[in-house]
Amino acid sequence: MTALLEVEDLRVAYGKIEAVKGISFSIEQGQIVTLIGTNGAGKSTTLRTISGLLKPAGGTVRFNGERIDGTAANKIVGMGLAHSPEGRRIFARMSIEENLQLGAFLRRDPAGIQADMDRAYTLFPILGERRKQAAGTLSGGEQQMLAMGRALMSQPKLLMLDEPSMGLSPIMMQKIMSTIVELRDQGMTILLVEQNAQAALSLADRGHVMEIGKISLSGTGADLLHDESVRKAYLGED
Amino acid sequence: MHELPQNLANGLFLGAMYGLIAVGYTMVYGIIQLINFAHGEIFMTGAFGALAVYSKLGANVSIWLALPLMIVGGVATATLVAVLAERFAYRPLRNAPRLAPLITAIGLSIFLQQLVWGFPGNKSARVFPQLPGGPFHLGSVVFQSADIFVVVAAVLSTLFLAYFVRSTRTGRAMQATAQDPDTAKLMGIDTDKVIVIAFAIGAVFAAIAGISSGLRYGQIEYNMGFLNGLFAFTAAVLGGIGNIYGAMLGGLVLGLAQTLSAAYIQYIPGMSQFGSQDWSGVWAFVILILVLMFRPQGLLGERVADRA
Ligand SMILES: Nc1ncnc2c1ncn2[C@@H]1O[C@H](COP(=O)(O)OP(=O)(O)OP(=O)(O)O)[C@@H](O)[C@H]1O
Ligand SMILES: [Mg+2]
Repeated sequence: MTALLEVEDLRVAYGKIEAVKGISFSIEQGQIVTLIGTNGAGKSTTLRTISGLLKPAGGTVRFNGERIDGTAANKIVGMGLAHSPEGRRIFARMSIEENLQLGAFLRRDPAGIQADMDRAYTLFPILGERRKQAAGTLSGGEQQMLAMGRALMSQPKLLMLDEPSMGLSPIMMQKIMSTIVELRDQGMTILLVEQNAQAALSLADRGHVMEIGKISLSGTGADLLHDESVRKAYLGED
Repeated sequence: MHELPQNLANGLFLGAMYGLIAVGYTMVYGIIQLINFAHGEIFMTGAFGALAVYSKLGANVSIWLALPLMIVGGVATATLVAVLAERFAYRPLRNAPRLAPLITAIGLSIFLQQLVWGFPGNKSARVFPQLPGGPFHLGSVVFQSADIFVVVAAVLSTLFLAYFVRSTRTGRAMQATAQDPDTAKLMGIDTDKVIVIAFAIGAVFAAIAGISSGLRYGQIEYNMGFLNGLFAFTAAVLGGIGNIYGAMLGGLVLGLAQTLSAAYIQYIPGMSQFGSQDWSGVWAFVILILVLMFRPQGLLGERVADRA
């Protein structure tokens, strides 16, 4: 079985500064894979390059066997790769409903779109209750739900989530994490970037630790969770 | 004071024209934060495109047949110029520091003026055809066919744009791109296409304004875009740059400010020398400064806080 996403020797630079210095990893269909690492390690840069917002300086990205490095972001989402960016980035002045509709921008099946909207409202009932409300008025956690719901509206094969738990209360975070597992159980493949290493590793099939632009350690979620260096560096133990 | 209705009407006609031009500044700024200083020249090329069509038709074609063709010609010319400018002058600088596209815009403005100036024919002013009919009387107000043209054009264009932005797929894409271009791309929106459409819509509005100007004043000039562009830009800022209704409102406020100041400032004791037509531009900017002191975001502008 070939991997759904294959990243090989990926390099990304901002001007002269190389933020991602040759990383390789792959994701199999139906897996949750997580990237963890300290601030500035290059996790978001990696996601932004996979989704086409940034052009790589070197290396390849294959999705479903097809090369997508260098493909425009608006084309990549149409191939089935959705990216829920860091900081939620919902369209604050539009309603919740309009945000979800934008998630389905490339789709032309009104009935299917409606069905998926209803699904999002079932997944996150609060969004349904407030569907006409401006998205900017939602709380941080609710905005995160909207961002996830919006990414799902494109019917992705691979969902990339950048720090979905950022700034959330423990209860809210629990809710987001259990939603991620629920999505995986429905067959979704997920690439999860998290600051909260404990939470991410406990639900991931595989994890990669990023340090200043490189992957320093890889393994199953359970392996990494019990790795001494990981525990020291990311789980606050000494 | 008995001329007040007339002065208000004149301000409205002038303001409608400013508003039509201002829409182009505001749409482009709203999406890529570029002050397109060459937009006044887009307005000018629209008028010249219309005149070129008229000249080709010959003088014995009825104006009512010529006018629609002139509109098509003017709109096509202005749109072509705007789209080419976006593609070859601005797009290569999309990620450059802000100053680079701004200077490019100023250069483009001078280039377009000189280009049109270089065409054979009278340099200072070219005669523009007139609409027959009129003058019309409404109470004490007198107006011409061209005044009706500009008001009807402004109302129809604004209604169309409001519908377009709010209710069409492309309009939604435009709003999303204005709010957050990167995230818009992640939704599958071709933001390059959206930007071209914003330039094109601005050009259509500017061309209609250019034709209105020709019809109202009976002549057009290669440098007509300079002052009109400057006032329209002021109108866009006054109304709240980025907001299309603000552009129209700002245009009206500015048109009225100019007309009313030219008519009445001179009657204020001690102000008699500040009231002529020559001073109306100064008063327009005084209004701008006053509004911005109390509402820095403009009359209908929103604070751009949700932009990361
Ligand atoms: N637009 C940019 N221009 C220049 N440098 C950037 C830019 N964005 C990120 N960087 C740099 O690239 C490096 C990697 O940043 P990135 O955002 O990918 O880190 P991250 O792992 O997502 O961190 P965090 O956990 O804080 O979100 C950092 O050193 C950062 O300063
Ligand atoms: Mg990040």
